[in-house]
Amino acid sequence: MPKSKKQTKHSKRQNDIEEQKVQIRSQLKQLGEKIYSDLNSQRFPTIHFPSRSVRNIVYDKKTKQYILGSNTVTRTASNIKQIRSVTQLTWLAFFANELMSNKKSSTLRDVYYSSQAYAVDYTDQPESDSIITDLESVISTARERLNIYPEERSAIFGDLDIEYTVPGYEGNRANLSSHPDGYLIGPSLSTADFVGTSAEMIIAIEKGGLFNRFIEEKVHSKYKAIIIDTAGQAPRTTRYMLKRLHKELNLPVYIMTDGDVYGEHIAMVIVSGSAGAAHLRDLTVPSAKWLGIWASDIAKYKLPTIPMTEMDFKRVSELKRDPRYQKGVWNKELDVFLEIKAKCELEAFSKYGLTAIVDKYLPEKLEQAKSM
Amino acid sequence: MALLSKNKTTFSGISPSEFFYRNRDLAGFSNPAKALYTATRELVENSLDACESSEILPSIYVRMTPIVDHLDNSEPRTYQLKVSDNGPGIDPVKAPDAFGRVFYGSKYKLRQARGMFGMGGTMAVLYGQITTSKPVVIYTSTDGKKFHKFTLRIDIQKNAPVIINKEIIEGKGSTGTTVELLLTGDAFRASTKVHDYFLESALVTPYAEITFIDAQGKMFYYPRSTNTLPKPSEETQPHPHGFDFEGMRRLIEDTGDKSLHKLLMNNFHRVGATTSTNFFKFAKIDHTSSPKDLSYENIVQMVDAMHSYESFLPPDSHCLSPLGKDILNAGIMSELSPEFSTIAIRPPSAYSGFPFIVEVGLAYGGNVGSGGVKLFRYANRIPLLYDEGSDIAWQVVKDLAIDKKRAYKIPDNAPLALITHVCSTKVPFKTAGKEFLADRPEIERELKNAVREVLRKLRLHLSRKSSEDAVKRRRDIYSKYLPLIAEFSKDLSGKKDLPNFQPMLKAYLEESEGNN
Repeated sequence: MPKSKKQTKHSKRQNDIEEQKVQIRSQLKQLGEKIYSDLNSQRFPTIHFPSRSVRNIVYDKKTKQYILGSNTVTRTASNIKQIRSVTQLTWLAFFANELMSNKKSSTLRDVYYSSQAYAVDYTDQPESDSIITDLESVISTARERLNIYPEERSAIFGDLDIEYTVPGYEGNRANLSSHPDGYLIGPSLSTADFVGTSAEMIIAIEKGGLFNRFIEEKVHSKYKAIIIDTAGQAPRTTRYMLKRLHKELNLPVYIMTDGDVYGEHIAMVIVSGSAGAAHLRDLTVPSAKWLGIWASDIAKYKLPTIPMTEMDFKRVSELKRDPRYQKGVWNKELDVFLEIKAKCELEAFSKYGLTAIVDKYLPEKLEQAKSM
Repeated sequence: MALLSKNKTTFSGISPSEFFYRNRDLAGFSNPAKALYTATRELVENSLDACESSEILPSIYVRMTPIVDHLDNSEPRTYQLKVSDNGPGIDPVKAPDAFGRVFYGSKYKLRQARGMFGMGGTMAVLYGQITTSKPVVIYTSTDGKKFHKFTLRIDIQKNAPVIINKEIIEGKGSTGTTVELLLTGDAFRASTKVHDYFLESALVTPYAEITFIDAQGKMFYYPRSTNTLPKPSEETQPHPHGFDFEGMRRLIEDTGDKSLHKLLMNNFHRVGATTSTNFFKFAKIDHTSSPKDLSYENIVQMVDAMHSYESFLPPDSHCLSPLGKDILNAGIMSELSPEFSTIAIRPPSAYSGFPFIVEVGLAYGGNVGSGGVKLFRYANRIPLLYDEGSDIAWQVVKDLAIDKKRAYKIPDNAPLALITHVCSTKVPFKTAGKEFLADRPEIERELKNAVREVLRKLRLHLSRKSSEDAVKRRRDIYSKYLPLIAEFSKDLSGKKDLPNFQPMLKAYLEESEGNN
């Protein structure tokens, strides 16, 4: 275990976090007070928040990500079609406040079921999830800060010491290279303090299979890397984690995906966010680099391919209209996909032996990334 | 006269029994399944007619029993069909003829009845005899003390009953008639129609109690839900507009009237001396001449004139016996238990000299079941089960309740049933099978008016209901959610007491009530 670990000022971070929590709770409380006073003055409670409709999602050149425009929506209890969602939103704010004050966390599914204890009825979980997104918009805060998490599926591995902050584990430390399957990126991990690391880079990889291969091939020590399995499109917790690792440890982020248009977009979302989270900040790593597999790598490395489907072509033409894909490698690779009409998976490198991707491809691409 | 006697020979050369024997397809006995169904309904209808004409609340028992054959149980096979009623019974002197002779009961009189002249029952006996060679057994009692049991068969050529055995047995105190008949049938294929028949019959005869035991031994019981009988129909004389050549030929043959003037006045509906005199002037026929002197051409000329003379008084409808609101409603309630029902009864009208009345019932919701408009058609209280699409009632219902449903605010797949009943001294069936009504413009017009009337009432009900529903929904939603918002906002803001939201909730509910 390398001993030259970077030390972070975690006490300051904890203070920041505590401050943030106080602020979020006061926002929730203010929402409650507004609704309370509406009712007290014989007004139907009304809640305003930025619209998340497609028309109000705009690309911000400064931050190089999608943000919400100036349109707002109003939910009012005076409208019979909206009183239910006003009720749901009020309840959710109350429930989130309870979670935070009791230092408990909850999954999206938990929230859906918890509502039933309060006679708040949701038709299904998607309705509950959408109210959670509404509340995020109302207080401009990601649900994770409200202790509401999706089901976790992504994992992390590497030489990183963390100190838990969740109740019951405060002060407990762990090193993220001590379990060979990696650690689930969940509420406890994403809120933990980073104590120290010997790593010099982060490699986010799209697939669990390759994640395991990287661990087996000791990529973490060979390249001094923290490896993250995004398990497909990176969940918000994972993106938040990437952002923190990048910002707090000052480590570069590299992304490896399948050589297809979806893989390219997985990388793009890590770099510049998603339209679905346009109401949120702090989820992007604009300096992250997409290592590949690029469309042009397919010919270069003579990788076995799969023909592109109609869906793939449709997705390419959608992305061609996205402002973030107008230049650089993003634009160029889309064109190559259109040209070769083929795609490939990370596993394609196994053609050259199981270690080829780690021994040959990774160092070449890392070298290439330096000049990008 | 030569022509007349030639005609006479033609008509008497073949007995009616033989005629029906040769043409049994026409009367609904074309195959074993249809025959079993037709025999059942003919006997049940005879029983209902008998009870109603004597103002007895009908109790009818029907059983279909397969005759066990250990070697072969496949369909078609022999069934015993037993139909019992509590009707007035048949005079033992006339009973053999009633079932063993195809005859023209009330020759020149018309009345509204399910069957004409009780021919259907005899046809069933005839069919049984043809297919099984077994005689029919009739029990009948007019006093409830003695039951006369006849075992008889029909001599087809002579059109006469042959009594094989005759007994008198002790009665059980109730009058009535029981027919036990063996016939070849196919109960498996007849099953749906037979069950539909009983169900649809029950809808318009709520005053009857019907027990049906099917070929599998399953019992279906349709209880009596009202004790009101429809007013019995009266016999009436034919109206000149609806009288045909053959009728006139027979009338002239049988009459004792010395002049055409008397003949017209004595035998026709609402024809008095003045009308008769004016008519014969119009027809350019000497009204004093003897009916027997009329030539074939003269009869044709007179009948044509009877059809074209417009100043006959219209037929009156006292001879008709519509179901009426109470009975139709009782039937609808007991068979369909709808959320809403309404009935339209049209004033009497006439086509070709035959009076008729159209009654339409509408049932919505309840046990009606969604999936679009269901039509139950009846003519003289007989359910019409076949050829719905060809029926004028279906055309009318389709035009109004389906094609124009928006105009009546009828939702898609509405749980809607319409019951159309046409009663007449002569129902204009399009074919001999008594299955669907021909499109007589007079009947179509009355059906349209009646269907429009019930649909208008339905529209009123639906729009009242939808605004009531909307108010109720608003009440429910606000009464549920506003208190919840109050409670959550109290907890979230950390206040001790609920906000004072009750006045606004009350005001809101009162306002929404007022808007209705």
